[in-house]
Amino acid sequence: MNSRTEPQLVRYLLIGIALVFFGLFIVLPLSCVFFHAFSKGWLVYIKALQNPDAVSAMRLTIITALVAVPLNLVFGVAASWAIAKFDFKGRDLLLSLIDLPLSVSPVIAGLIFILIFGAQGFLGPWLIAHNVRIVFALPGIILATIFVTFPMVARELIPIMKSQGNEEEEAALTLGASGWKTFWMISVPNIRWGILYGIILCNARAMGEFGAVSVVSGHIRGLTNTLPLHIEILYNEYQSTAAFAAASILALLAIVTLIAKTVIEALIRRGRAS
Amino acid sequence: MSIEVRNIHKKFGAFKALDNVSLKVEHGELLALLGPSGSGKTSLLRIVAGLDFHDSGQVLFSGQDAREQKVKDRGVGFVFQHYALFRHMTVFDNIAFGLRVQPPHLRPSEQAVRAKVMELLKLIQLEWVVDRFPWQLSGGQRQRIALARALAVKPRVLLLDEPFGSLDAQVRKELRMWLRRFHDEAHITTLFVTHDQEEALEVADRIVVMNQGRIEQVGTPEDVYHNPANAFVLNFLGNVNFFHCRLAEGKAIIGETELEVPGLSVDQPKIAKLYVRPNQFKLSRGPGKGSSLKAIVEYLNPAGTLVKATLKTETGERIHVEITQEEYRQLKLVKLMPVFVSLKDVSYSEYVQTAG
Ligand SMILES: Nc1ncnc2c1ncn2[C@@H]1O[C@H](COP(=O)(O)OP(=O)(O)O)[C@@H](O)[C@H]1O
Ligand SMILES: [Mg+2]
Repeated sequence: MNSRTEPQLVRYLLIGIALVFFGLFIVLPLSCVFFHAFSKGWLVYIKALQNPDAVSAMRLTIITALVAVPLNLVFGVAASWAIAKFDFKGRDLLLSLIDLPLSVSPVIAGLIFILIFGAQGFLGPWLIAHNVRIVFALPGIILATIFVTFPMVARELIPIMKSQGNEEEEAALTLGASGWKTFWMISVPNIRWGILYGIILCNARAMGEFGAVSVVSGHIRGLTNTLPLHIEILYNEYQSTAAFAAASILALLAIVTLIAKTVIEALIRRGRAS
Repeated sequence: MSIEVRNIHKKFGAFKALDNVSLKVEHGELLALLGPSGSGKTSLLRIVAGLDFHDSGQVLFSGQDAREQKVKDRGVGFVFQHYALFRHMTVFDNIAFGLRVQPPHLRPSEQAVRAKVMELLKLIQLEWVVDRFPWQLSGGQRQRIALARALAVKPRVLLLDEPFGSLDAQVRKELRMWLRRFHDEAHITTLFVTHDQEEALEVADRIVVMNQGRIEQVGTPEDVYHNPANAFVLNFLGNVNFFHCRLAEGKAIIGETELEVPGLSVDQPKIAKLYVRPNQFKLSRGPGKGSSLKAIVEYLNPAGTLVKATLKTETGERIHVEITQEEYRQLKLVKLMPVFVSLKDVSYSEYVQTAG
């Protein structure tokens, strides 16, 4: 915007409106979380986080993310590599399938797994017969999380890979590099910021997912409650300080994610400018 | 090493990018593939490199079928039109790449790598950019780095895809001469793609003219320029005027005017297209002995080694001519002045039909 074409008043007004909205919808709620979390002092806060159920919820959330994020990373790199660098039948189909989890409500996503693996589900009787637990257990939570975070990495990488084209890889091949070396020495370094960015977004979503996980988890305290589910339970039981203490952990994750995202975006932009 | 392709066909969908292309690059030769954009030059080069696959036909390196050879084993140095330097590596690492990825028993020591890289940087006169990244270099510098990177692995053949295509005129000319000198010293078999006829004529030992996926002519620069195989080659290798006319023994009849054509022999009158290069006209102030076309000088550019003029005939046709500075001074040519045009020579005539 140009100060000569926009009157000062309009500029201040627009900036003011933006700031008010930002304060009202972002800063205020976030500070409320921390305010409530600490409203009864440090000790209560620490104690709420040391509660065995809280600890197990955090552990479950971390385990889920530790499994879901690397799997999605491998899938995301492979899929975007295939989509961006090769022309094959079914490429467009794959591209729209990748986006599917974004357009399906997380609750539906959870229900899909119940329908497949639940006791009344498609594979249910076989699973029960072989004593394999998927829904209302860790595998179900991980599956649901993978499903909802499925597009996060691939969607970051596809545009980057497409814009970079194939020529550097081809140059590497003519210089005598094997396909494997070309992948690790040329392709991966060229998308390293995109990968990091994808991991961070994927991780944030994996740790924060509520809907899909809520459906498949069964809410077994100390066993199948992730952090978001734990928070909901505490809140419903009027333990609001403990709820907010746990929520502050997720809020902190969000803030760290935002900062990391900003830094990486700046790095990507610098890489692109070159 | 010699490169030969035989009856190469390549389709993209229904589109024929290469249509029965055969050619041979002799050992140590610098061959230019010349053709307009979209004529299939890059496709052919990529097939030779093994980056793309032909539908039918053969690629032979020193007489050996290369079909089973992977890109990395072909020993080709490929220089891409847009350089394709590794953006996350310094100039040093770019050039060293080919040496460092060799299998352990062939890989030179880091010391040897350093020595080789510095030797190549010296060859391209860019020792001072060794620690820079590609984005910190100009187009001409990147191009030379790309060449050095390709040379590092001692390729048996060099494939250059419009290597100077996106550089400005001055740098282009310099690099072109540099490439010729380099080739004269190293004698590495080179296939060089360009759409710039001047570049091809100046640099190559032989030229292959391509059009719409087919080869139109193969020959030395002199050959293709002076004895074009057809109107396309003639047109592509420089400006040319063309006239619809009737040809008879020793003369061309253009409209009402009979022009003498030295050395033209036809057994019977024919309707033809006559192609004349700008330097094949003779201008004079008066009508002279033989008959000539009357025209006026419409446009004149004396700034150059040759003086360029556009003439407009009485029938409204435009003729582009080039005369020497000396002729220009003798004629005292100025704009809008009437001149008489006759032919010194013609480049090519294409018979349309026999005149009745
Ligand atoms: N991968 C491709 N898919 C479809 N068409 C292509 C592809 N590569 C080249 N072509 C087409 O083939 C023709 C020849 O291309 P190319 O070999 O790049 O020509 P040149 O290098 O002479 O400009 C062009 O019309 C181009 O559009
Ligand atoms: Mg091309």
